Formats: sequence, structure tokens, C-alpha cells
Amino acid sequence: MIQFEHVSKHYDEGYDALKDVSFTLNTGELAFLTGHSGAGKSTLLKLVMLMEQPTAGHIQVGDQLLSHLTRNDIPYLRRSIGVVFQNHQLLFDRSVFDNVSLPLQICGYSPVDAARRVRAALDKVGLLNREKMNPRALSSGEQQRVGIARAIVHKPKVLLADEPTGNLDPELSEEIMRLFEQFNRVGTTVLIASHDLSLIRSMRHRMLTLKSGRLIADG
Amino acid sequence: MDKKRGAERVQPTREAPVAQPSAKRGAEHHKVDLKGHSESWLRNHSEVGKSALAKLLGTPVATVMTVAVLAIALTLPGFLFTVLSNVQNLTQGWEGETRLSLYLETSLSDEDADRFSRSLLMRDDIAAIDYISRSQGMLEFKKYSGFGDVLDAMSDNPLPAVVMLLPKSKNVADLGLMRAGLQALPEVNEAVLDLEWLQRLDAMLAVAKRAVFVLGVLLGLAVLLVIGNTIKMEIESRRDEIVISKLVGATDAWVRRPFLYTGVWYGLLGALSAWVIVQVAWLMLETPAQELAQLYRSQFQLSGLGFFGSFLLLFTSVLLGWIGAWTAVRRHLREIEPR
Repeated sequence: MIQFEHVSKHYDEGYDALKDVSFTLNTGELAFLTGHSGAGKSTLLKLVMLMEQPTAGHIQVGDQLLSHLTRNDIPYLRRSIGVVFQNHQLLFDRSVFDNVSLPLQICGYSPVDAARRVRAALDKVGLLNREKMNPRALSSGEQQRVGIARAIVHKPKVLLADEPTGNLDPELSEEIMRLFEQFNRVGTTVLIASHDLSLIRSMRHRMLTLKSGRLIADG
Repeated sequence: MDKKRGAERVQPTREAPVAQPSAKRGAEHHKVDLKGHSESWLRNHSEVGKSALAKLLGTPVATVMTVAVLAIALTLPGFLFTVLSNVQNLTQGWEGETRLSLYLETSLSDEDADRFSRSLLMRDDIAAIDYISRSQGMLEFKKYSGFGDVLDAMSDNPLPAVVMLLPKSKNVADLGLMRAGLQALPEVNEAVLDLEWLQRLDAMLAVAKRAVFVLGVLLGLAVLLVIGNTIKMEIESRRDEIVISKLVGATDAWVRRPFLYTGVWYGLLGALSAWVIVQVAWLMLETPAQELAQLYRSQFQLSGLGFFGSFLLLFTSVLLGWIGAWTAVRRHLREIEPR
């Protein structure tokens, strides 16, 4: 589902965020991406989302070769990917419901269909009773779960998460990770960047380890 | 607006340089079918239009301030244009009374002069003629000038016979040509068009028109800038929303749409306010203008913006709103990318 072939990313400021990274994440697989901060985890995820362009190498997501996509194709690529951010990126000027339904509005779902899907997504993350609230009124764990609901509401084939447990205590962290496992079980390909090594090790999934931009361990 | 939309897109398959020959472009994982698409597109437009208006009305003070600036900028040229068109209507009435005076050769006998004046009646560019014979002219001159004694002392009547013409054409250029043609006739000593002051007025009106036009363009530019700047600030304040929308797959057109609608609403609200101001101003002028016209026994009636003027005002303003928003969006939306 996600394939990197000799991908490098060099920034003009003069440092290499990624050096010759190659790996394949199969459809339905769940993997953790780990390494110290600055090792290139975020850059790797940004390349998948086409928030950045690689300096060398090829990336394929699904059956789309990213180097072939034009600027106008990027939104359609992003619709096939769900993303969860460390700082959850919620909009505080609207309700939880409206936050989660944003991807559906963008894809053009009818309001009835969208409402059904939003409730299903909120149900999955256990926040169905919070739909009318402003996300500001929620705890950080709940905010993160709203972010996850938004990422999966349009049933993307790929789910990316950048430090989804960054601000959470261990118990909440594990809860969040279990959620990702659930989505993986129904066939979503999941790639989670995290430096919470103890938690990741306990979950026994594939681990891609980055160090100074190089992939030093896979397995 | 956005030609490439979701499920409709059919893109040629390109060979991938890496081993996957089936690599495709565009997005196929899209759950909205073709029929649902135009429907959802329309729905999105009406929703975005409504919510843009609701946002404007949700911040009434800021909106009223902006709309007031737009209204003033639109009222000025709108009002001046109607002033000009009223003045033009008025002078057109005057031009209708333009006369051409033909001073005939004094050598012409009374019968010849009379025959000549009658022959003029056959021409189809002349509505009416008034023939004043030499003796008739003499009588009138004596009566009105007070030089009767002097004239009596003269053995010969020095006055020429005069034919006053009422031309059918009211066009200044046509009248000029007609005058030249009549002047060339052998019976005519001199043809005089009493038009010079009207021509001057016309020239002044032309200058005024150009001035109002320049002012209109400048104020139109101001409208453009005001709306552009307002939209720019709006974009800044909604930066998070834009970034997140782009991250979850919003197209440029989708992101642009609310701002374009905001611009159009501003244009429309500005134009409506300007329209009301101009109409109220004319209503206030109507009674004194009518009194003035009565004093001059004129049938002149003030006309406000009228249907065409109102349409032009609304259309121009909405267009300016849209263009202002578009330029702001073009300049600033590309800068806002998820990082």
C-alpha cells in the first residue's frame, strides 16, 4: 500500500531529513515508525501526504506514483489517506460533529449520509454523546479521539498518525493505540510515528526505526 | 470553476518508471458517483453562499463598516452619472428648439425669395419654415429697435429677407452639415446656426462625463482594494481551517469558494446600500426640481437610476466584489499550505 524506493529528502537549509529510505508497507499491515525526534519520522509522513516532495527516489501510495501527481491531484490523494496529528488540529469554532464531518463535506457527501458516518465514527472512538460540544471543552485524550474520528470518518485505505499519544498519559496512550489496532483489523493500512518505545514494543507489531534519516531497523 | 472534480475525472494512465505498470494518476478511491456529484456541487455552492452571508451577518459591526465604505465609493459615481444623464436630458430638450436662420441675398426679389422659401419646404430634413420678407423685417426692426427714424431716412431697405428653419435632426453634427449645405445655395447669403452655446455645453458635458468616468474607475478600484483587503484578513483569520481542509483533501476551488462568495456578498450589499442612498437623494431633489421646472414652464422631470442604471450598479459592484476576492484569494491561498 505504501512503498518507498530509495527516497531521500534534502532541505535547502543544508540537512538531509531522509537518506535512501526503502520499505514496503503491505495492504492491511500496521507498522510503527520510530526514532529520536529529528530522525525523520514526520518528514516521512509528510512525503506520503505530499506535504513535501522527495529530493530523490519514488513513493507509491496505493497504485499511485506520487511523482506523477500534479498539484491538482494532491487533494484526491489526501482523501484516500486519514491523518492523526500530535496536536490533533481541531477547529474550535465549530462542534465536534462539524469537525468530524469536514472530510465528508469536502468529498461532497449528502448531509444525511454524512451525519450517519460521523455518528458511526464518533461511536467507534466512544464520543457519540459529545457530538454537540465544542472540542475546546474536551480533555486532551478526548480531543485526540475526535481527531482520530475525523481521520477515519471517510474510511480511508491508509491511516497515518504522527505522535498520536504525544501529550497523553500511558493509560490513555494505550487506549488510543488499541483504537488504531481496531481499525487495522478491519483492513486499514496503518502507519504510526511514535517515540513511545515501551508502549510500541508491548504491542508486537512491525517497527521501522529511523536514525538521522536512515532506516536502520525493520521488523 | 473547478474542472477537475472527484469521481468525474478520467485520467490517462501513464507508465510508471518503477516496476508497477498499473500506476494510475488521480484518485479513484472516491465514493461519490457521477450523478451525486453535480448534486453535491450545487449543494456545496448554496451552503457556502448561505454560510458566507451568515458569517457576515454574524459580525454586524465589521460588516456594516465595510459595506458603508463600499456604499460611499459606489454612491459617488452612481449619483454623478445620474446628474449627468439628467443634464443631458434637459439639453436634449433645448436642442429640439434649435433654429437655422438663412439670410437671403438682398439682390433677390420678394417673389424669388418667397419661391425659394417655399422650395425649402419640399426638403425632408426641414420640419417647418418661417419666412420673414424684407418689409416685414423692416417693420419688426422698427418696432423693436427704436431706430425707426434712421431707417426711414434711408432710401433703400438694407435688411435681407430671412428664412427661419426648424430642422428635423437634433444632432449637432447633422445640423452643422445642413448649415454648410444651405450656405452653399446661391440664394443664401449667410446661414447661421444658433448652436454655439449648445456646442460649448456639449463639450463641457463631454469633459464632465470623462471626469465622472475617471472618478468612477478610481472609486471602482477603491472598491476592489477594500474588498480584496477584507478578504485577505478573512483568509488570515481562517488560516487553521484552510490548512486542515487542505490536509483532508480539499481542492483549491473548495477552499476558495467561501471567500469568493464573501466578496460577492460584500459587492451586493455595498451596491444595495449605494442604490438606496442615490434614490433617496433624488427623491429629496425631486420637489425643488419640479418647482424650478414649473418656473421655466418646462416639462422636465428628474429621473433617478432607472432600471438600467440600477442593474449596472448592482452588476458592476458584484463583479468588483468577486474580482477583489479572487485576486486576494489568488495571492494568499497558495501561501497557506500544510507544513
